[in-house]
Amino acid sequence: MSALPDPSTCAARPGAVALARASLLESSGLGDPQLDRALGALLRPGVDWGDLYFSEHSSESWVLEDGIVKTASHDQGRGMSARAVSGDKSGFAYSDELDPSTLLQAAKTAGAIARDGGRGQVMARRAGASRVLYAPGDPGAGFSDPAKVELLHALDREARAADPRVRQVIASLSIARKLVLICSSDGRLAADDRPLARLGLTVLLERKGEVRHGVSGWGGRLPLVELFNETQAREHAREAVRQAVVNLDAQPAPAGEEVVVLGPGWPGILLHEAVGHGLEGDFNRKGVSAFAGRIGEAVASEQCTVVDDGSLPGRRGSLQVDDEGTPTGRTVLIENGILTGYMQDRLNARLMGVQPTGNGRRESYACLPMPRMTNTFMMPGPHDPEEIIRSVPRGVYARNFGGGQVDITSGKFVFSASEAYRIEDGKLGAPLRDATLIGDGPTVLTRVSMIGSDLALDPGIGVCGKEGQSVPVGVGMPTVRVDGITVGGTA
Amino acid sequence: MSPDDLRQRVADALAHARKGGASQAAASATNDSGLTLRVRMRSVETLESHQGHSLGVTVYRGQRQGSASTSNLSPQAVRETVRKALSLARFAAEDEFAGLAEAGRMATEFPQLDLYHPWGLDAGQAMELALECEAAALDADPRISNSEGAGVDSGESSYAYGNSHGFLKAGRSSSHSVYCAVLSEQDGRMERDYEFSVARAPEELAPVKEVGGNAAKYTLRRLGARKIKSTRAPVVFAPRVARSLIGHFCAAVSGRALYNRASFLLDSLGKPVFADCVNLSERPHVPRGPASRAYDAEGVATANREVVGGGIINGYFLGSYSARKLGMDTTGNAGGAHNLQLESTGETLEELLGGMGDGLVVTELMGQGANIVTGDYSRGAAGYWVRGGAPAHAVNEITIAGNLKDMFRNIRAIGADIDRRGGIQTGSILIDSLSVAGA
Repeated sequence: MSALPDPSTCAARPGAVALARASLLESSGLGDPQLDRALGALLRPGVDWGDLYFSEHSSESWVLEDGIVKTASHDQGRGMSARAVSGDKSGFAYSDELDPSTLLQAAKTAGAIARDGGRGQVMARRAGASRVLYAPGDPGAGFSDPAKVELLHALDREARAADPRVRQVIASLSIARKLVLICSSDGRLAADDRPLARLGLTVLLERKGEVRHGVSGWGGRLPLVELFNETQAREHAREAVRQAVVNLDAQPAPAGEEVVVLGPGWPGILLHEAVGHGLEGDFNRKGVSAFAGRIGEAVASEQCTVVDDGSLPGRRGSLQVDDEGTPTGRTVLIENGILTGYMQDRLNARLMGVQPTGNGRRESYACLPMPRMTNTFMMPGPHDPEEIIRSVPRGVYARNFGGGQVDITSGKFVFSASEAYRIEDGKLGAPLRDATLIGDGPTVLTRVSMIGSDLALDPGIGVCGKEGQSVPVGVGMPTVRVDGITVGGTA
Repeated sequence: MSPDDLRQRVADALAHARKGGASQAAASATNDSGLTLRVRMRSVETLESHQGHSLGVTVYRGQRQGSASTSNLSPQAVRETVRKALSLARFAAEDEFAGLAEAGRMATEFPQLDLYHPWGLDAGQAMELALECEAAALDADPRISNSEGAGVDSGESSYAYGNSHGFLKAGRSSSHSVYCAVLSEQDGRMERDYEFSVARAPEELAPVKEVGGNAAKYTLRRLGARKIKSTRAPVVFAPRVARSLIGHFCAAVSGRALYNRASFLLDSLGKPVFADCVNLSERPHVPRGPASRAYDAEGVATANREVVGGGIINGYFLGSYSARKLGMDTTGNAGGAHNLQLESTGETLEELLGGMGDGLVVTELMGQGANIVTGDYSRGAAGYWVRGGAPAHAVNEITIAGNLKDMFRNIRAIGADIDRRGGIQTGSILIDSLSVAGA
């Protein structure tokens, strides 16, 4: 790489709250009197509490295909929303215009939800402190446009160099920044300046007319300068090619219950689907989750401890404060097999009489917040990963997955293996074709019989969807043996 | 913002692009507004008021392309957005296939699509409808134990599209919907299912009591669900999931998948990909249709066509870029398909089940397990087992698997129970012999 940016351009910056006030409020004629007036309008009699949310974002994406960077695109926007909460009711209005009269109107509209009950009061504002988990500002700063083009070409070159049968490489780079400011009626004032970068590639490989694809990618809340280097480009290009090559010789997967060993890292999507969604506070307050009312019960084998942690530095799922201004932290969901806690936003925490956990997230100002995962993973165990595979007389080793989905009410969940192998007599055998695995969330972890020492987090490219809102998340897991899960093959 | 306002913003963006040195440009703008009200357990849960805009522009400097979009439609922001697109285009590579669709393909006739029927619904009326809808579900049976809620959504959108061929059109549309999702419980196990209705005009929505009643019926049908032994069996895909099979077909014959050779249906034009009972037509001009368009996302005129006839593929889904890459003509599908209709082979659902004998009816699919490159298909499923042509018991925690190539060839019948709620309309689809994995 010839065009590496100079990291010393990163000077000291003002705090996120000061920055957000200047950028989102002062530039739009919004100051403390306007915020107070809007909060006053929001807190009509009957409203318990409410908040105002301001955000601006910009993002850029570059795509390489056929060996050339065909297009680059840029998106930007800003907006605000007002929310009034009365018991379990929420009134909500938003606009992509920032000015005092639009803000006041949104607050009045949102406040109209109140019918009876609460008597909220506007409290004096104070800015809360939060940890620094990532560098503020544009993650692409100091990385010139020609350098971005060169970066994609490097991925293309590495992939084509890895195997002569590679016939197409699609590489993409996306960099985004979002600045949010939350101002609530109980005096909370918080801001977060969130960078996000992601590199991805898909390779298509052809052998005698048979085409297979492989994918890889990485990212996080890190500047591009830290995220990208030639070694990583080579590793990920080779990884995508390796998956495509493995798939050339894949055999039909078995159909039926199997002992499954899940590899480290991305297979942690098992946790996200099997238990993660079912432990979100809203579903449990409403009693619609298969995990509702089960705190203190055994829901996993006693080796299993599962946490959600939004405070890991630089991770894709991390936030300094959530979208309600609550600092993120580590929430232990399952400890030694016992269900210990749910993930909460403010509304559900209040109604369930517990503390918010920093999991209140929203896709944008145009969406109501709800409890969402951040980085969800299982703590490591005592076993050597090789030993775990050796322990299986006959089963399946699944190393990479595509997406997953869960029905939180029945507890049934799926996740789709994109790279898997037969295990015969404790040894890895033939690669298997794509197969979906299906299981039962509240019981699948009770079948975990061995946990590896090799905890790994995914490379930083995950997205989670819930009720139409997408947010970046992370997952992770050590190598794990599950004694029985249905594999949806054809053989 | 009105369609005229948006048309003006698009015209401004195109003028900025021309002045800024673009050899070609296209721009589009939308303005959405609406109301969403949700109730749960007989009381209001959320009331949301929506209002948002966006403008996107694509510019070409010769064969170099750049794009930018914004949610701020102020004159200054529009100018800034065009400037950004022009600046990005400098860094894109020369791409001989880049550019607008050919000028001669721009739509010149604009049939009345009748897409705009504002409701004028206020929060109070929405609340009454949603409460009535949920009550119909909650009161249907004592085993209905809980609710995820019912909701009413009413929205309208204005839009404009223009490009440097001189094409510039604006319009508006509306969409209204009602939905309900409830839980049932038996022997300590819970199940959930849902029903919805969506329409351009409020009077075409299903009665809210019917929506609630169906949600209860579907949820009750899932009680007592169990895993079955792994087997091979014929499978009926209920209409609400059957459309996904046609969706996989569209993905496999879309331009980008084809020119990247990332499709299990390469070079399939003129070939019998489906069983010969399969006829799939595209009808872009259906009045009030869910995916009706007079022109596609590039301004190209849309037209009726028979995509699949007697099982043989007659056409792909192409925009101008992929068409040029493939040495073909655009099919007017930049931005997607416009009202696909799979012709029924005439049987009622009962007749389909009778013909199937013993087999599986799938009412829900889970996960993303369809590989468009290889056609390998493996998805989580729930539904009910059929014995001797009659429903026997509910089934869950199973997968169904096969290869889409075989599945398309093994379609035996398409039911008359056509679901018209989306851009892909089909009845139940009966497919011979899929692999079912369970216990």
